[in-house]
Amino acid sequence: MLCGVDLPVPYGQSVALIGANGAGKSTLIKSLVGLIEPDAGRISVLGQTIQGLSGRLLRRVRSRVGFVWQKHNLVPRASVLTNVLHGAQARHSGPRTWSQSLAAQEAREEAMRCLEAVGLPEVALQRADQLSGGQSQRVALARVLMQRPEIVLADEPDASLDPQAGDEVMRLLSRMTRDKGLTLVFVSHRLHHALEHADRIVGLGQGRILIDQPAATARPDELRRFFAEPRQ
Amino acid sequence: MTTEVAHAPTVPRIELKSPLEYIVWLLLLLIVVWSLQGTAPPLEGLAKGLARLFAPSGMLAQMFPPDLSRLDRVIWKLVETLQMAIAGVVLGLAMALPLAILAADGLSPHPILRVAARALIAFFRTVPDLIWAIVFIIVVGLGPAAGVLAIMVDKIGFAGRFFAEAMEETDKGPRDALAALGATRMGVIASAVIPAAMPSFIATSLFALEKAVRGSVALGLVGAGGIGVDLKVAFDLFDYDQALTIILLIFVLVLGVEQASAWIRRRII
Repeated sequence: MLCGVDLPVPYGQSVALIGANGAGKSTLIKSLVGLIEPDAGRISVLGQTIQGLSGRLLRRVRSRVGFVWQKHNLVPRASVLTNVLHGAQARHSGPRTWSQSLAAQEAREEAMRCLEAVGLPEVALQRADQLSGGQSQRVALARVLMQRPEIVLADEPDASLDPQAGDEVMRLLSRMTRDKGLTLVFVSHRLHHALEHADRIVGLGQGRILIDQPAATARPDELRRFFAEPRQ
Repeated sequence: MTTEVAHAPTVPRIELKSPLEYIVWLLLLLIVVWSLQGTAPPLEGLAKGLARLFAPSGMLAQMFPPDLSRLDRVIWKLVETLQMAIAGVVLGLAMALPLAILAADGLSPHPILRVAARALIAFFRTVPDLIWAIVFIIVVGLGPAAGVLAIMVDKIGFAGRFFAEAMEETDKGPRDALAALGATRMGVIASAVIPAAMPSFIATSLFALEKAVRGSVALGLVGAGGIGVDLKVAFDLFDYDQALTIILLIFVLVLGVEQASAWIRRRII
């Protein structure tokens, strides 16, 4: 449950949401794209109030917001390239975005560039369920790139990965959003990710904002209480 | 020295039932006995019938050797039977898919549409294909067209239900991911749901084809085309050697389709 959360995020900022399990991080990030309906309050994304939008208008807002999930959520039996192409459904509907075999040449080329950006052009024609966890999450990032979003929301994108793969995915996510000047709001259970990749750290506890400060001035000792991980 | 043997608690071999349970079991038994008494063949009659079947001048003896004089016609009718099954199944599957989407939880655009689609699928499924064949004979006349339409409607009912269930059971993760990036309902279904349900679709479709090949033989018995017509005529005219040829060829066809379908299933799924 969230209560009294007031969180304006300026364009281009990278915000880390931290907090123990059940603090409301995922609820907050999912409610930003209307995946969870709040009982009260107002959620405004890209100048558009989310609540009460028709299906068509909600889709229009969602198309401008990339979402990276805890699990990659790729279509397992489809090829990697097809999965990346699905990102174009934010802009176009119709069969040409359903599968790489039906896609226009320009869209295929753009999808290949997105795969290059995440360092995986060689797996383009492999089935998504043949990839490792880290590779899958990188393909999910390529799908977000294909979407051409203005904001990227990431709900613990490293949660299902080993520490090394998790670090790699976070570095990639941070680099691609910074390179394109996108707003990034990410949830992380790893303190060093918040410190390395965020401009601002917001700590949640019991559905409320307990701390909101620039990452540059954040004190790791103070932030550790938000994490389930033991003190080092 | 004395030792005390600890006694484990004893449990009854058969747990005592409540009187109501005894009554239910007794009623079930009575229903079975009543059904057997009403319909099962009397043992004496069955023995006489079997004796006639195996007698030197009985039906079995008259079946051998099988009559191959009209083999070309029988093979052609067998091909027609296969054509009926393929055409009926393809048309039925093509119509079952949109209906299944309308009937599936979480994919249907409106609850009323979902209920209506489910009711239609249930109706198509519960009416036997022989009844559909009779209906379509009235509509389009005797011949394979009636058989194709009967198979089509039967397969809409059969595949519609399984397609809907397969789509409902797909992982919600990819669906949510596409919905969250602004994909349309159709985009989500075509990109995430159908690919995930494809193995189940293929298995259901192949099973539908096997079922249709077997079923299309029976449809001929009521005049809806295919080899069944010839089989009925052979029996009516006591051409048991001709009937055996037809039965053997039907067996080869059904076995061939089953083997081919098992091979395709192994290769694709």
